[in-house]
Amino acid sequence: MSKPEPIFYEPWHAQIFALTVCLNETGAFTWSDWVDRFSATLKKHGLTKELNGGDDYFAAWLETFQALLHEKNFATPDQVAELRGLWEAAYLSTPHGDPVQLGD
Amino acid sequence: MSQSNSKKLGELMPHDHHDHDHAHAVLPSEPALRVKAIETVLTRKGLIDPAALDEIIDTYQNKVGPQNGALVVAKAWHDDTFRAALLADPMGVIAELGFYGRQGEHVDVVENTPDTHNMVVCTLCSCYPWPLLGIPPSWYKSDAYRARSVREPRAVLAEFGVTLPETTKVRVWDSTAEMRYLVLPMRPKGTEGMTVQDLAKLVTRDSMIGTGFPKDPA
Repeated sequence: MSKPEPIFYEPWHAQIFALTVCLNETGAFTWSDWVDRFSATLKKHGLTKELNGGDDYFAAWLETFQALLHEKNFATPDQVAELRGLWEAAYLSTPHGDPVQLGD
Repeated sequence: MSQSNSKKLGELMPHDHHDHDHAHAVLPSEPALRVKAIETVLTRKGLIDPAALDEIIDTYQNKVGPQNGALVVAKAWHDDTFRAALLADPMGVIAELGFYGRQGEHVDVVENTPDTHNMVVCTLCSCYPWPLLGIPPSWYKSDAYRARSVREPRAVLAEFGVTLPETTKVRVWDSTAEMRYLVLPMRPKGTEGMTVQDLAKLVTRDSMIGTGFPKDPA
């Protein structure tokens, strides 16, 4: 426990964390509401396996956030799926070493 | 892009990538792609500002961390008046030091004594005093810690190397979205005359969660 640990093990952990905090600060939802929802997801996931607090923790976070975005109509699953496909295509068509960007 | 095209790409298995010989950029993991997609949707709708995201990540990776809590603890060890004020009005004193903000709106300071050892958990998820300690470590978020700290705190503490006299009571504080806790550990022996800065170096993150002791002076 004495070795310094990274704060976020993967960039997407930091990204989803920041997205949630950022949207919370716009007043889109309260933090208590978030905690209630996230706790429920963790509880549900923890019924089938013991969560280690790493990747599975942020997987639960992502699932909760997507459901919240859908419910509040900020981002529907279709919209997310479409952009996910666009990003994937962008990665697969960008030469290695070049910055990956989406066209308009 | 059409759904069918995206599905086709999604069906590519990792071994297919060998055909490309990594000529293209390395494809992020599935959750990473989804997070990027969410960010793009929210940005295009004007719901979030990418610069604000960068600021948040920078803050928690580089600026906010246990060093803030350590300074509070060191000052309390160093100055009895500060310590009394901290215990009486934690939020007022902590805010004066500038350690307020997200997830730090309501923090209580619980003091360890020879009679009582405090430890902090969030049984529901991972509530934690961000302005004082940063982002919680993964063990704090694990099922094992969250479930067992309440049920068998002494066994959990022993796994962290914390053994207490039988006569010391263990008090477990369960954090919520409304209330978080900072443990004020006992000042190590042999630290008389040390400066606040030197004392702060002895205060570990775990000692402020209650799962560790401060370091002994060299």
